[in-house]
Amino acid sequence: MKVSSRIEGDSCIVTVQAERIDAIVALAFKDAVRRATEKSTDVVILNLEQVQFIDSSGLGAIVATMKHFAPDRALHLAGLTPAVEKVFTLTRMDRVFRLFTTLDAALEAQGG
Amino acid sequence: MTATTALGLLPPFDVSLRSEQAEVRGALTSLLTGLAPLDLDVEELNIVELVVAEILNNIVEHAYPPTWPRSKISVTCKQERNGLHLCIIDRGKAMPENQPPIGMSNPRDVEISDMPEGGFGWFLIQDQAKDIKYQRSGQQNRLDLRIAVALHAHI
Repeated sequence: MKVSSRIEGDSCIVTVQAERIDAIVALAFKDAVRRATEKSTDVVILNLEQVQFIDSSGLGAIVATMKHFAPDRALHLAGLTPAVEKVFTLTRMDRVFRLFTTLDAALEAQGG
Repeated sequence: MTATTALGLLPPFDVSLRSEQAEVRGALTSLLTGLAPLDLDVEELNIVELVVAEILNNIVEHAYPPTWPRSKISVTCKQERNGLHLCIIDRGKAMPENQPPIGMSNPRDVEISDMPEGGFGWFLIQDQAKDIKYQRSGQQNRLDLRIAVALHAHI
């Protein structure tokens, strides 16, 4: 599972470079995001614009990542494709995370 | 010409896989390829892929613990007027209490530290599939369900 990360303003942007976050990569995803955010800011934006499919294991991995960051750091999600957004909506997790249609919108919300 | 094609329905087809996590992605690809003649829109295909992914992931993870012998899992897909009827058969362990789980309910009111990281799978299946029926007979698990897509699609 490849992710890239960069700091922009007060945000650490972690971009998932994979089309799927599913059961077979869920653990690798968690590890990769933790490694990519070892030196991060208070807000981590997970950029999901390349992700076309997520299953419940992928969703669980994102929830676990949010719990790992809490309470000091917040995890926001950006660039959700329709299939990914649907899984968040169906499970009501869209009310737990801050979701942004685009990365730019997520950065703007941080005042960056 | 068979009875189903005379009605413009997709003839039934099977996809099978070994009970290994590494086989699930390939089985989903085969399933979607099998549905290609229906020319479904992306939302409908995504529902099918999601439901079947959750079912297969649950089977390979829970019905086949490490000590259980691997075997074949088969998925049969049949289009009828009221949607796609799927039948999934495996030879893993029986479901707990011989029935499909309900899955988690609304997680909104819990603290972040108590937020569930699992239980979403069966919730999604129960939410998106209809007429879910589970049967254990002999060494075999059989799960039947319907997904209300492809209602007007024909080949």
